Amino acid sequence: MAKVTMVEAITLAMAYELEHDPSVVVLGEDVGVNGGVFRATAGLQQRFGKERVMDTPLAEALIAGMSIGMAAQGMKPVAEIQFSGFIYPTVDQMINHAGRLRTRTRGRLHVPMVLRAPSGGGIHAPEHHSESNEALFAHMPGIRTLMPSSPARAYGLLLAAIRDPDPVVFLEPTRLYRLNKQEVEDNGEALPLDTCFVLREGEDVTLVSWGAMLHETLQAAAKLAEEGASCEVIDLASVSPIDFETILESVEKTGRLAIIHEAPKNCGVGAEIAATVAEKAIYSLKAPIERVTGYDIPMPLFKLEHDYIPGMERVIQGIRKVLEA
Amino acid sequence: MKTVASFKIQYSQYLDAEGKLTQKKLPGFAENRDELLKMYRMMSFVRVFDTKAIALQRTGQLGTYASCLGHEATHVGIGAAMKPEDVFFPMYREYGTQFWRGVKPREVLLFWGGDERGNNFSGPQHDFAWAVPIATQCHHAAGAAMAFKLRKEKRAAVSVIGDGGTSQGDFYESLNVAGAWRLPAVFVVSNNQWAISVPLSAQTACETLAQKAIAAGIEGIQVDGNDIIAVRDIMEYSLDKARSGKGPTLVEALTYRISDHTTADDASRYRSKEEVEEAKRKEPLIRIRKYLTDIGAWDQKKEDKLLAECTQQVDAEVELYRGSGKPPVETMFDHMFANLPEGLIAQRKAAAEEGRQHG
Ligand SMILES: Cc1ncc(C[n+]2csc(CCOP(=O)(O)OP(=O)(O)O)c2C)c(N)n1
Ligand SMILES: [Mg+2]
Repeated sequence: MAKVTMVEAITLAMAYELEHDPSVVVLGEDVGVNGGVFRATAGLQQRFGKERVMDTPLAEALIAGMSIGMAAQGMKPVAEIQFSGFIYPTVDQMINHAGRLRTRTRGRLHVPMVLRAPSGGGIHAPEHHSESNEALFAHMPGIRTLMPSSPARAYGLLLAAIRDPDPVVFLEPTRLYRLNKQEVEDNGEALPLDTCFVLREGEDVTLVSWGAMLHETLQAAAKLAEEGASCEVIDLASVSPIDFETILESVEKTGRLAIIHEAPKNCGVGAEIAATVAEKAIYSLKAPIERVTGYDIPMPLFKLEHDYIPGMERVIQGIRKVLEA
Repeated sequence: MKTVASFKIQYSQYLDAEGKLTQKKLPGFAENRDELLKMYRMMSFVRVFDTKAIALQRTGQLGTYASCLGHEATHVGIGAAMKPEDVFFPMYREYGTQFWRGVKPREVLLFWGGDERGNNFSGPQHDFAWAVPIATQCHHAAGAAMAFKLRKEKRAAVSVIGDGGTSQGDFYESLNVAGAWRLPAVFVVSNNQWAISVPLSAQTACETLAQKAIAAGIEGIQVDGNDIIAVRDIMEYSLDKARSGKGPTLVEALTYRISDHTTADDASRYRSKEEVEEAKRKEPLIRIRKYLTDIGAWDQKKEDKLLAECTQQVDAEVELYRGSGKPPVETMFDHMFANLPEGLIAQRKAAAEEGRQHG
């Protein structure tokens, strides 16, 4: 088994599907010879040819729209949006077509496409390269939104996304692309969709996070363990639909919940989780729910990005608040 | 069948790569040595600045930076043709235009150094900030042009996009409305042959990008973007036309991106050394320097003096940039609304406190 980074695991998953399913194609800006600006498609065009790994003209609405057309004709396009801030031109296509085509045609047509995009900040990038926009897609009916937080989950979830018969938005935390290596067996085994993953079991508080913020969340859990607090850490992974069963079960056990995400708080995915826990498990709660999030402001340029992204201290402070309430 | 409409695209050049004149009659400004020298000085200054900015990035003192190496004639030519009251809508590498209009080098560095204060730049306060989302600024230029038209102001809006930008819908939509409403706008396409790793041939089947004007019913002109005289001349023509109510123009400036796309890119992955070497032979400074030397307006001594001056000025700007520090954390909140909503006051306070703890 090879140790790989998250971005390498993503490449492996695409290569596996390109190899085993002739209907899979990869498309996007600079994904060919250049292998993608983050190198997520490195070597794929050399290996599978220009007809399976395509450099598109510079037009994101086109990339999403063509993917929908191909997908409805039985192909499985895996489209890359180069940076998170440039995903917005796809919104019209995603919400009005990708998410609706199956409904609109009563199941006659469907859209097995994946829209991959980098997500989040922390890598010193220029403006528009660091946004966290998962809530936008989570709000769109008919679309699944995934965010991996480790090489193995990136590999398994991307395979699942490509194989799924419906559209999936796959948001890759750039901060994690090369942060750690992990053993990933390139065996083509997908992970289940629509489920979250319990990464650490605990008794005192439930921590729900996803994407890059799991890094800080796991560190905070380890730190608090030294002080005798036992945190259960859940990787949401499937931002939409949300696996509430696992979350509710955990909250019923611990009686406390903190939600940690990088995106702005207002109408963030954390709000949906908090609301549902309040609806379904309010009598299990021993303390108010706490959300540790980015601020409700545009993502700042990088001199201040670490003042925006919740750091370990802000995360620990939030968890303490729940523990001590 | 019969032909119901036919079109042609004109190309303009005065100075070839060898610095020889390709037309006998020069535009008025080009008969004036001082005007040419002023532009040459700015082109040289931009080059010194660009080299320094790359060095700053390589040594960890600047974030990702988009070089303008090879585009100096296009950028300075646009700047020299515009009036202060016109409005400029840049993409992200038109420092030559911006310096001409009064933007300070330290402000460009601040922006690429990850600091919003760089966008609050000097020069005409109505000029737009850098637009990183490709081709979106074409719409802003069309909107500004509409405002000038409604208010009967003799001003023009100038946007710049790249060859890659011509694949975006925003570009076509703006050209179209500018044609339909006869807007005082000039849309420049800085055709540097590459959009990161994607060559022009993969972007479009068109022989020229200027011809994209035809579908919008507006004039499209191709110009040698490495020839400062031709760029300024065609820009002056297009701007006069816009300001006098005769409608928009699409200007395609043919140039070449000699640098990597940005400092985060490695162009050797996708294009040949030979191609770049050939482009270096045709780059814009060589030819104007040769021409100025031929007419007796320039020599090595002047060149050495100019470079020393530019280096000194750039170094002084870099010092100011280095001393700029980090903006106070709470400023992240301070420019989002005129009045900060109640709920955000608490977030602002928390962020500021956390920022102070970190120092
Ligand atoms: C909407 C959008 N998509 C993708 C990008 C990422 N990106 C930045 S520059 C660039 C290529 C631009 O090429 P071109 O328009 O030719 O301009 P050049 O950089 O060559 O001057 C791309 C794809 C972006 N900034 N905006
Ligand atoms: Mg280009």
